Amino acid sequence: MKPVLEVRGLSRFFGGLKAVSEISLTVGEHEIVALVGPNGAGKTTFFNCVTGIYTPSAGDVLLHNGEKTTRLNGKKPHQITALGMARTFQNIRLFPGMTVLENVMLGRHCRTKAGVLGALLRSAATRREEQDTVDRAYELLRSVNLHNAYASTAKNLPYGAQRRLEIARALATGPSVLLLDEPAAGMNPFETRELENLVKEIRKKYNLCVLLIEHDMNMVMSMSDRIYVMEHGSCIAEGTPEQIRHNPKVIKAYLGEESDA
Amino acid sequence: MFKQRLLKAALASVWFMVLTFPLMGIQLNRVENVIHWRFDRIAMLGAGIFVLAMLWHWCFERRALGLPLIKLPDKVVNTAYSLPSRPLFRRGLPAVILMGMLLMPMVSSIYQTNIMISALLYVMLALGLNIVVGLAGQLVLGYAAFYAVGAYTYGMLYEYFGLTFWVCLPLGGLAAVIAGFLLGLPVLGLRGDYLAIVTLGFGEIVRLLLLSQADLTGGPAGISNIPRPGFFGMEMSLDQVTTYIYYLVLGAVLLTIVVISRLKNSRVGLALQALREDEIACEAMGVNTTRVKLSAFVLCSCWAGFAGVIFAAKTTYINPASFTFMESAMILSMVVLGGMGSITGVVIAAMVLILAPEYLRAFSEYRMLLFGAIMVLMMIFRPQGIVSSERRRYRIPSERQSATENKELSA
Repeated sequence: MKPVLEVRGLSRFFGGLKAVSEISLTVGEHEIVALVGPNGAGKTTFFNCVTGIYTPSAGDVLLHNGEKTTRLNGKKPHQITALGMARTFQNIRLFPGMTVLENVMLGRHCRTKAGVLGALLRSAATRREEQDTVDRAYELLRSVNLHNAYASTAKNLPYGAQRRLEIARALATGPSVLLLDEPAAGMNPFETRELENLVKEIRKKYNLCVLLIEHDMNMVMSMSDRIYVMEHGSCIAEGTPEQIRHNPKVIKAYLGEESDA
Repeated sequence: MFKQRLLKAALASVWFMVLTFPLMGIQLNRVENVIHWRFDRIAMLGAGIFVLAMLWHWCFERRALGLPLIKLPDKVVNTAYSLPSRPLFRRGLPAVILMGMLLMPMVSSIYQTNIMISALLYVMLALGLNIVVGLAGQLVLGYAAFYAVGAYTYGMLYEYFGLTFWVCLPLGGLAAVIAGFLLGLPVLGLRGDYLAIVTLGFGEIVRLLLLSQADLTGGPAGISNIPRPGFFGMEMSLDQVTTYIYYLVLGAVLLTIVVISRLKNSRVGLALQALREDEIACEAMGVNTTRVKLSAFVLCSCWAGFAGVIFAAKTTYINPASFTFMESAMILSMVVLGGMGSITGVVIAAMVLILAPEYLRAFSEYRMLLFGAIMVLMMIFRPQGIVSSERRRYRIPSERQSATENKELSA
């Protein structure tokens, strides 16, 4: 399988603390890969390094786009998004005072170009681009089943809907890799099930690969193609859900060691 | 509930009486060396505070219960809420106001017209600042500096090169843009309080430079005898030229409103609002925040530059005292009181803040006191400002489809 996102030996130190050390990971075309691990294992730091919020202390992040390979280290978050990587946040970060539609429209920002001058003159091209943005945003809302709420204010949406809106907004940036940071956090089993189907659906529809951080083991086991397990900043296991389920190291990390007493 | 309120109010009034006793209650008679104890005044003060505190706590209780402060009949409330959406009101009211503004200089005195000119100038300034503070949520405290750059550009270009108003208007804007760009480039990486402090410093630097470079700028004496704007070389009386400036400023304000509303509803405007809502998410969604901020900053300083040139032409005399921090604070409070990002609200707030002191001269001693009280009350009871920012309506695909279907049906 051709890799789309490739991370080689990524490390991130905060002073003497090795938050992430020597993580290597690939996400292939059309794959759903999960990154799991106990709290504080460094998963979110890893995400932040990949998406440019932190600069990695060592290692490489590579994005393969067809024949072209781009090195993402040191690039700003908005440049990385423009190159085709989109993310959601662990604690939802929508634009709370804006409408649902506007939230998704903003995601199109890096794919459109009207500037200040275009805004003031409102030429035919600007208006066309704007209507196109609205249409696409509305389409995306339809695919996460939020199109009926397009005019409501984002902060007034129920929790699960806010999560879906965040995914729609990420999709609007036209990504080839979608990074989901604990998308099922705070959801009930039914909503989790729904989310799982949604992610599978959009992967197919928009031809994406997905990297997700998740705590819900049921969800991870049933939807991922491959799983990486992190503990104390390093990767302790990698494999298919079946392999991970029986990996003694993982069991130890999650459940602790059997004591002899 | 009532008992608690009574207790709190009594406590407040006692506390106030104790605090103000040395100031209000003791009067020294230096001639006879006796002390007059003014217990009557203290008692009056205590009673006053008691009533106010009762009212204050009552307001809070109503608010905690989610009740409106004054219960109006349903009919009145419903009419008030539906008014803005009625087409007659939406089109009619602005038309009436515009007609009134157009006719004003013909019926009012020069004095009144002059007051209106300065109010309109402030509307222009406040709308300009609204781009950065209201839309993008970046706190800028030294806005008067850009205003000064515009005004001094005209003043100095006239003094040294004899350039006229119409040549200087774009040049003043350009000078302010350059100043905005030079300041913006290094500091826009800062957030919140830090940006506020740096811009505050910039405002002071510009003012002090204008003061200290006396041989260039005239120092504290400023520049005088700046010509009023000309109209194809026509000779005009003071009366006529005031009317002329009035229409000029009115035109500028209308242009500002068009520009700001277009900007607000554009791709850049959307990015600015997203920046205000959540900067990290905004950048993660592919917005080059530095660039967007910089363009807002530049446009906002450009507007201050224009306003500065017009100001210099209107007063014919400028000095650094017109561009103090008070000025920046005044413009900022217009934006905050009006409602961050709302054009209607900012226009109303600017008009009220400039016109009210002019027509309430009787209360001029209490001006700052009233101003402070209004600010505090607004922040507690209506932090979103007079008018909360209105959201634009978009035409979604299905609506467009039905619109074309309707057209086909009728055809």
